[in-house]
Amino acid sequence: MSTLEIKDLHVSIETEQGVKEILKGVTLTVKTGETHAIMGPNGSGKSTLASTIAGHPRYTVTSGSITLDGEDVLAMSVDERARAGLFLAMQYPVEVPGVTMTNFLRTAKTAIDGKAPAIRTWTKEVKEAMAQLRIDADFAQRNVNEGFSGGEKKRVEILQLELFKPKFAILDETDSGLDVDALKVVSEGVNRAHAAGNMGTLLITHYTRILRYIKPEFVHVFVDGKIAEQGGPELADRLEEEGYDRYLAGAGSAVQA
Amino acid sequence: MTEVKEEKARIGAPSIAGFTEEGESLSPAPAAAGPLGGDASKSHSHGGGYGIPDSSRAGRLTSYRLADFPELKGTEEEWRFTPLRRLGGLHKDGLDGAAPGVAVDAPQQVRVETVGRDDSRIGSAGIPEDRVSANAWEHFAEATVITVPSGAQLEDRILVTMTGNGLAAAAQHVVLIAEADARAVVVLNHQGQAVVSENVEIVVGDRAELTVVSLQEWSDDSVHLSSQQVKVGRDAKVKHVAISLGGSVVRLTPTVRFAQPGGEAEIFGLYFADAGQHLEHRTFVDHAQPNCVSNVLYKGALQGKDARTVWVGDVLIQKQAEGTDSYEKNQNLVLTDGCRADSVPNLEIETGLIEGAGHASATGRFDDEHLFYLMARGIPEDVARRLVVRGFLNEIIQKIGVPAIEEHLTEAVERELDAGDN
Repeated sequence: MSTLEIKDLHVSIETEQGVKEILKGVTLTVKTGETHAIMGPNGSGKSTLASTIAGHPRYTVTSGSITLDGEDVLAMSVDERARAGLFLAMQYPVEVPGVTMTNFLRTAKTAIDGKAPAIRTWTKEVKEAMAQLRIDADFAQRNVNEGFSGGEKKRVEILQLELFKPKFAILDETDSGLDVDALKVVSEGVNRAHAAGNMGTLLITHYTRILRYIKPEFVHVFVDGKIAEQGGPELADRLEEEGYDRYLAGAGSAVQA
Repeated sequence: MTEVKEEKARIGAPSIAGFTEEGESLSPAPAAAGPLGGDASKSHSHGGGYGIPDSSRAGRLTSYRLADFPELKGTEEEWRFTPLRRLGGLHKDGLDGAAPGVAVDAPQQVRVETVGRDDSRIGSAGIPEDRVSANAWEHFAEATVITVPSGAQLEDRILVTMTGNGLAAAAQHVVLIAEADARAVVVLNHQGQAVVSENVEIVVGDRAELTVVSLQEWSDDSVHLSSQQVKVGRDAKVKHVAISLGGSVVRLTPTVRFAQPGGEAEIFGLYFADAGQHLEHRTFVDHAQPNCVSNVLYKGALQGKDARTVWVGDVLIQKQAEGTDSYEKNQNLVLTDGCRADSVPNLEIETGLIEGAGHASATGRFDDEHLFYLMARGIPEDVARRLVVRGFLNEIIQKIGVPAIEEHLTEAVERELDAGDN
């Protein structure tokens, strides 16, 4: 049983107009076996939270803490966080020139486990995982994400999630840009990883669509860098009906127009 | 005929004198004559000659004589990227320094000779195409001629080691001949310390298969300008691989000319420029004959302040070269700030009756987002960087087909990466 604990997190970024605070005090605890959905309108800070947990250099933590089983995540480098068991499925996975998927997956697995996977079982495991996610076998020989469509990139993110077996998965708008079939395939992948029983999930999404396939126990609504409301799955249903307008109106936003 | 003209006029096609449906009607280039004859050079000096635009590669001045080439200003199209001040005088002075020592390790069937300037085989593959090459042609004292006899199928590579021993400007001349039906691999290994202008003539006989690997691993203060001209016979195959790693300034100009129909050329290059290095490669494929195939692929990595690379790829498909299939591509990977990679593909096509003619160029950065992606999967920074560079350059290394060289290069790339970590 592991615990990912975020306490009163404040995060800012550098912009051309100066330093801008994006997260204004976020507190959240995720435990093994739990699925938390983080929902909210664009620009509310959902993706910032995801990138900050993974350690993207663009985001500066000004106060607060993130711990994994009591260990200070903020003191870790990006690769150390991944080796500690954090996995970020990215919203926009980059193309990495010159590195084949096969080579990349093996190198990452070796880094995460601290030893190289046994060749035969590993090759089989990769093949099976690719087949389940309906990823063509020839992708293994292609460079990481190079020339992949948006949907293919997302499947490859979930492929890594299934192969690397992290303690906590943070899915950053994995559903955006997916058609219904791809959404199902990707959701099944997440559910398989979850069913193995050793993972907690932080599911970041703008739409309720993916929640038909992945069932969260907890729903948190982000507005303007803070959690505006939290509850159970019924909160997601309500958002489906009402949208985010109610929160935006409350925040005095002019978006309504 | 009148009808055709009217049809063209009707659809608005402009009538341009000198053009046919297949393209521009150009007069054929003057035929080549003897190499060292005093007046012979004049007939080769056809820069911007009749019917050939100055910008065309076909109009490039060629001559055995230094005096035929104007002094370099650095603004000339083919010199505009080259730091003339760093050439150690190769473009203007008499090249009287001792040429790098030549050692040849070859199977028994191979003939290795050291010959004087008057040897008939000198000048058999090409005429100098620039001033530095002509300067070397005027100044070389003796040449090394390596001949793979007709029909010989060599299992072992021929290793030619050129070892420089000083910075006095020198001239070097090498002739490689694969006679008809011969098959061989030649490695030109350039090492030591040198300031040298080199002409390498490569003659690939009918149906012969020749691989030439030119490896540049000079000392940090060396200057090496090398004109490597390949003449390809009927149905012959040539693979030319340029590997430039060491040297202050390295500028290679591999030219492949099809002398007979049916030839195939693979022209590969790999370079890795560190801080302050200038590595320049200018490939030229002259499709002067029908039904020939060429494929050019050059890949380079750059790291460190003022690391500089240049690739210019000229492909000329002449009017008579019907059935040509050609492709050229250059890719660069910029690893740090402060580097500059120039990449210029030039494609001239004088006939529409070809199989294919393509070119591509891409220069990318290994940037923070790549690094973040790989590190977010647990891969440490130094491993991530190596993973990318290794993978990128391996594509060329794997094409060489000589295991000993491939191994050597893999290690050399690792050393370059080690240097980048410091």
